Amino acid sequence: MSATSSTIVNLPDQKTATIPKKNYITAEDGLLSWLLTGDHKRIAMLYLISITFFFFIGGAFAGLIRLELLTPQADLVASDTYNKLFTMHGIIMVFLFLVPSVPATIGNFVIPIMIGAKDLAFPKVNLLSWYLYMVGGLFTLAALVLGGVDTGWTFTTPLSTHYLNTHVVTAGLGVFIIGFSSIFTGLNFIVTIHRMRAPGMTWFRMPLFVWSNYAASIMMVLGTPVLAITLVLVVLERTIHIGVFDPTLGGDPLLFQHLFWFYSHPAVYIMILPGMGVISEIISTFSRKRVFGYSAVAFSSVAIAIFGFFVWAHHMFIMGISNYSALVFSLLTMLVAVPSAIKIFNWSFTMQKGSVTFETPMIYAFGFLGLFTIGGMTGVFLGALGMDIHLTETYFIVAHFHFVMVGGMLMAFLAGVHFWWPKMTGRMYPESLSKLAAVTTFIGFNLTFLPQFILGYLGMPRRYHSYPAEFQVLNVLSTAGATVLGIGYMLPMIYLAWSLKYGAVAGNNPWQATGLEWQIQSPPLTENFIETPVIDYEAYDYEWLAHKTEQEVTTVG
Amino acid sequence: MHISPVLWQFLMKWLTNSALFPREASTIAPYADALYFFLLLITVVGLALVGTLVFGFALRYRKDRNPVATQVEGSTLLEATWTIIPLALFLIVFVWGALLYFRIYNPPPNAMNIYVVGKQWMWKAEHPGGQHEINALHVPTGQPIQLTMISQDVFHSFSIPDFRVKREVIPGRYSTVWFEATTPGTYHIFCTQYCGTNHSAMIGEVTVLTPEDYKKWTEGSTSGMSLAQNGERLFASMGCNACHSGNAAARGPNLAGVYGSKLRLANGSEVLVNEAYLRDAILNPSQHVTAGYAPIMPTYQGQISEEGLIDLVEYLKSLKTNYRVQQTLTTSESNNQAAPATPEVVKP
Repeated sequence: MSATSSTIVNLPDQKTATIPKKNYITAEDGLLSWLLTGDHKRIAMLYLISITFFFFIGGAFAGLIRLELLTPQADLVASDTYNKLFTMHGIIMVFLFLVPSVPATIGNFVIPIMIGAKDLAFPKVNLLSWYLYMVGGLFTLAALVLGGVDTGWTFTTPLSTHYLNTHVVTAGLGVFIIGFSSIFTGLNFIVTIHRMRAPGMTWFRMPLFVWSNYAASIMMVLGTPVLAITLVLVVLERTIHIGVFDPTLGGDPLLFQHLFWFYSHPAVYIMILPGMGVISEIISTFSRKRVFGYSAVAFSSVAIAIFGFFVWAHHMFIMGISNYSALVFSLLTMLVAVPSAIKIFNWSFTMQKGSVTFETPMIYAFGFLGLFTIGGMTGVFLGALGMDIHLTETYFIVAHFHFVMVGGMLMAFLAGVHFWWPKMTGRMYPESLSKLAAVTTFIGFNLTFLPQFILGYLGMPRRYHSYPAEFQVLNVLSTAGATVLGIGYMLPMIYLAWSLKYGAVAGNNPWQATGLEWQIQSPPLTENFIETPVIDYEAYDYEWLAHKTEQEVTTVG
Repeated sequence: MHISPVLWQFLMKWLTNSALFPREASTIAPYADALYFFLLLITVVGLALVGTLVFGFALRYRKDRNPVATQVEGSTLLEATWTIIPLALFLIVFVWGALLYFRIYNPPPNAMNIYVVGKQWMWKAEHPGGQHEINALHVPTGQPIQLTMISQDVFHSFSIPDFRVKREVIPGRYSTVWFEATTPGTYHIFCTQYCGTNHSAMIGEVTVLTPEDYKKWTEGSTSGMSLAQNGERLFASMGCNACHSGNAAARGPNLAGVYGSKLRLANGSEVLVNEAYLRDAILNPSQHVTAGYAPIMPTYQGQISEEGLIDLVEYLKSLKTNYRVQQTLTTSESNNQAAPATPEVVKP
């Protein structure tokens, strides 16, 4: 490897290299050994397969929605069907994909290893959490197969409790159950991070990925129960007509909005924080540099977790909340935007004086930076009280949260999957094809969602099956973009599957990264470490790594 | 740099008339657009800054050019800079946004009130003069219009993008929004809150007319009865006047002049009598008992439509003396004596 090479990838000699015979995948055979496993790495793989399955179902619905919106008339599907499509798209993508995406797959796999633990604190609870996820997923699929549900993913009352004749209860119970899966994952992470760090692994030596998942876990544990209670109340009002939300039964319709958004706004941060953690790891690794302002990035995660709980009513500015509470919630919304801005600048400055290379995870991370900046800034539009009046409930808000959730979170998730793929499977993905996929996704994403900002400012309402003809040009652009985006998502699915058998053998540390997970074999042993590691260096200490490598070379030589 | 006002106006006109921006057809629209352009500006500048930093650093410090990284711990000064500058910008946006919010949601005192009832899946507008419209709204230019809105079933949201106004229409609760149209023409009304199967068909048109044309329209489309007149008829036919007769010995409180007054309730609290209070007092009388009266009024929940309630509220707002109430009462009593029939159930 020459000093001027433009890559840091360092693979073992492919002629002699083999995947270690003994690892967590080969430890036991048979389906049951997977279904009854307590190994956090196997559970992570179970999650990865399940969320990918649901992602493509949710994605197929998105495709049908965009196809319908190609023309102003309602011509592809009936109104009811359209409403069910966007409802199922939302429920599946939010609860079955985005919330568990990074924590339950990548987090599950690498957090124990990153802090030097053999497993999570409660391996059986971890498995239970996957089963709950699957049962919740089955309920959601049942609601779909039985004829669907058309409340919108927000289950707005009194529409959902009184006026609709679809499978609201089934879908509601599904989300209720998935909520527990999320609570258990959060609980497991919190206990593990507090109690199971290896000797010498102090809080400020932890990788930022652990910090951001810790912050997200706290939100999961504190926020999700509120959603669960709210859904139970919806089901009770629907089945036995207790009056909680329906004004004709003496309920308060705004109460539902308060309760629902008390979870669902923090949920946005539950989704995005772990993604931010992924970006910290990747930008540091491919810049060969410690994350700029480590403690600022760590504390901004905690700040987001705290402020994130006090902004929920910004979803209700036009619903007649009092002027004073509108003021307070708008101000707090502005404050929560600041830590995100801090992170963006810290990531940029991590590259300064670094030694930057452009492997696929880094390309995805660049995509994240651009799209998340747009997503965050358009959030400021919506947090500004008077501007929100015109923009809310239009395609502007649709574009905004897709920029954050898909442009931000999904890019981060794909970045992370590529980054840790060699660790998870022991094999590399094909580099040039995956770069193509990253670029395709970025272009497709912008083409899909940038026109929607304009549509939103023009006033096109969200959740419209048909629309006035003057909006067609922008909708056609958006649908065209969705096609490109779809290809961008199909590609990794195909080549990652291919790489399982044909990918190059990765070796322990293809990226020459500093994290503990890169110092052990790929794929790791079931117990992760042969002996408990003792940590005497900070996260992202590349000098320590260089020193260690030098020593190994000397010893072997 | 100085931009000539002519060029500026030309630029603004081009921007606001192209397909990328909606028309500015109300007095509020230019204010909303000003904030929008400011936000666009800081977004573009912010994005350019992040782009420059990311690509600048990535290219300047790529491995080919800079094979060995120099470790940097961080910089308190830089951290403070990119905390304080965004915070300051966001606070400007906050204040600006709040000012715009109060401008949009605080109607001027001379606003003309029009009622809007939302139901799956139509908008019904009720003008004070008794004109009814469905999925349409006629308004004059140069006159502030306040919409008092309520939903008969689920959440709806009343949006006129070209006016930059929108407000949730909530079941069981009046919400208001106001605007002053500036340019005659027709503009979209959208329901922007998902409300069930035909959500996307819950659309309509605002027709903005010059004051003269509006006068012609009101004269040509009145049903002959104002909302208050409809309300008076309802007041009598539902037998409200039997208790609310205005007599000193009556079982219900005197309602003449009650609108706008402060009322002391049996539970000791004091309330301002507005539209929402009147509506609630009809539907849930037991929770709104006037001090000194027995809680004997039955609930009218489910017996009067929202339109009926609007008529009653308008009637009570217009009620200044009890002269006509008593007249009606006397007439109906003498009729009853002549022919004691079962009272007709009225369900408008």
